[in-house]
Amino acid sequence: MGRKLRILLAKPGLDGHDRGIKVVARALRDAGMEVIYTGLHQTPEMIVEAALQEDVDAVGLSILSGAHMTLFVKVKELMEENGIGNKLLFGGGIIPDDDIKKLNEMGIGKIFTPGSSINEIIDYIQKNIKTEDE
Amino acid sequence: MDKMISDKEKNWQEEFSKCKQREASFKTVSGEEIKPLYTPNDLKGFDYLEELGYPGQYPFTRGVYNTMYRGRLWTMRMFSGFGTAEDTNKRYRYLLDHGQTGLSVAFDFPTLYGRDSDDPMSCGEVGRCGVAISSLADMERLFDGIPLDKVSTSMTINGPAAILWAFYIAAAENQGVDPKQLRGTIQNDVLKEYIAQKSWLIPPEPSMRLTVNTMEFGSKHIPKWNTISISGYHIREAGSTAVQELSFTLADGFEYVKAGQEAGLDVDMFAPRLSFFFNSHLDFFEEIAKYRAARRIWAREMKNRFGAKNPRSWLMRFHTQTAGCTLTAQQPENNIVRVAWQALAAVLGGTQSLHTNSMDETLALPSEKAVLIALRTQQLIAYESGVANTIDPLAGSYFVESLTKRMEEQAYEYFEKIEKLGGIIKAIEIGYPQKEIAQASFRYQKEVEEKKRIVVGVNDYRIKDENIEIPILRIDPDVEKNQCRRLAQLREKRDNRKVKSRLDDLRDACRGEENLMYPILEAARVYATLGEIAGVLKEVFGEYREPPIYW
Repeated sequence: MGRKLRILLAKPGLDGHDRGIKVVARALRDAGMEVIYTGLHQTPEMIVEAALQEDVDAVGLSILSGAHMTLFVKVKELMEENGIGNKLLFGGGIIPDDDIKKLNEMGIGKIFTPGSSINEIIDYIQKNIKTEDE
Repeated sequence: MDKMISDKEKNWQEEFSKCKQREASFKTVSGEEIKPLYTPNDLKGFDYLEELGYPGQYPFTRGVYNTMYRGRLWTMRMFSGFGTAEDTNKRYRYLLDHGQTGLSVAFDFPTLYGRDSDDPMSCGEVGRCGVAISSLADMERLFDGIPLDKVSTSMTINGPAAILWAFYIAAAENQGVDPKQLRGTIQNDVLKEYIAQKSWLIPPEPSMRLTVNTMEFGSKHIPKWNTISISGYHIREAGSTAVQELSFTLADGFEYVKAGQEAGLDVDMFAPRLSFFFNSHLDFFEEIAKYRAARRIWAREMKNRFGAKNPRSWLMRFHTQTAGCTLTAQQPENNIVRVAWQALAAVLGGTQSLHTNSMDETLALPSEKAVLIALRTQQLIAYESGVANTIDPLAGSYFVESLTKRMEEQAYEYFEKIEKLGGIIKAIEIGYPQKEIAQASFRYQKEVEEKKRIVVGVNDYRIKDENIEIPILRIDPDVEKNQCRRLAQLREKRDNRKVKSRLDDLRDACRGEENLMYPILEAARVYATLGEIAGVLKEVFGEYREPPIYW
């Protein structure tokens, strides 16, 4: 067994809806992952800084405020600039299908919308993380 | 008679236990066990006058007004706001044209946090999940052509409530309306922000001072205004149970009353202007019981514990919103039905005003079509269902009365725990309500995952490769740019010397003891921006930060 998967979960921007991300954080931890939760009100810079510091395998963003097109893109750009553009960036929130398509085209991973199951999320992370053992 | 009932009941019980029951959980959505049958045995010792009484009379279990919906229907009030003030103004006129009877403002995130549209943290959020209001000028545009002495307006604003209220008052003055005529509500409930909604500005203690200042100001100058709407809605949306919503909301309410009294205000001066805001969730009877229990507890505590003498101080008037968190992104049209029975529960529970959610809210802000169906749902209940013909029609139901009683008892258990922790503010500081809610929310999600609870369209009755065919509201991407440009123009045009001097006055006032509503209103009148006024408050009182814990 390699080391535990390390996942950064973050709330970018001013959005205060944290019910979903807290449930996901706890479920990922229960599934044996190392979860680093940033808390609320993070700028994209703070999130990418945390991802570097914590040497995570994936970054998950939760956005229910409608600012997803700005914030996902900004985090993705900063990850690339900082040499971790190859790490998985995924997320969840209130995000219309058309926007999800656009985000996917930019290389952002799966976006989980309301009603997604936790097992789906766990499964997705386990299958899509490129760890060094591989 | 009693013996006959008991014998018959035993007989039924025996027969019942021999029969096969469905494989299902017979628990409420909050996890409360429900019996298969309720009978007079569940209401032993029930005292009609003590527990229920008459509508408009203590303890108000049956409703706060003598006539209830025979006198006047509830206010149909759709929470709404997006884009710029002009976009939202257009939506308000649309809703008023279609029979809506009150306005309710949804602000965007920057506004909720007391930040201007051109603040760096606002990037990407302007006008996204509400309307952007950065100054009196935006507030004037928001209500352009809507006479403020003719409508009642509810504003969902908390940390910076005093500032947005000042914008509203100044906008009314500029329309030539006497502020004494203004009717409406500011949510202004900061305690639940720390517990659940998370749109705070400054730490709890100075926030409570600001709250008491608004209570005092309102009772003196804007007597028809509800200066706080003590809210369980967000606590519930954060994943709490019905009992937690009831208990934490009332505990917050008690804290505001205590703070008012400690500041030397007469309880009967401000208590009649306290109002409440509850969620209407999925479990029909549990919700109805919650509203009835809430009224009874509030009346009793206001009378006995806080010594209020004016019966109007005992009444719990409340607004209800159907539960956003119960809506599903899958088969969104099903949400119309969920909203309908949640709205029905609120009406049967005696709400004073109601917002019905739109079917598309798990996808985006509501489209015009979706919001119209939601408003029509209320009109259908009001005019076609017949439920508004008689007051509190479920009173006396063995089930509803015993559920009401049980919720009341469970709320008192929570009050005791909170008391032991040193009161609700202490409890919030150590994260007690937050933890209770996070646990309840996790338990619920697990039940859904394990299919112990069926969510139609989500973990059962799914449609493979579903194509969602409802229109989605798009926020114009230029909103942010335009809003920032306008703000820059405002900063150039206004009398900046006056702005600076009013902000200096406010700073001095913050360091002293006086009521902050006066200097805030002065600053609002000369077009100081939200961010500038909030900036002074943050400078003096500091900014609140929550520890990032997910339990």
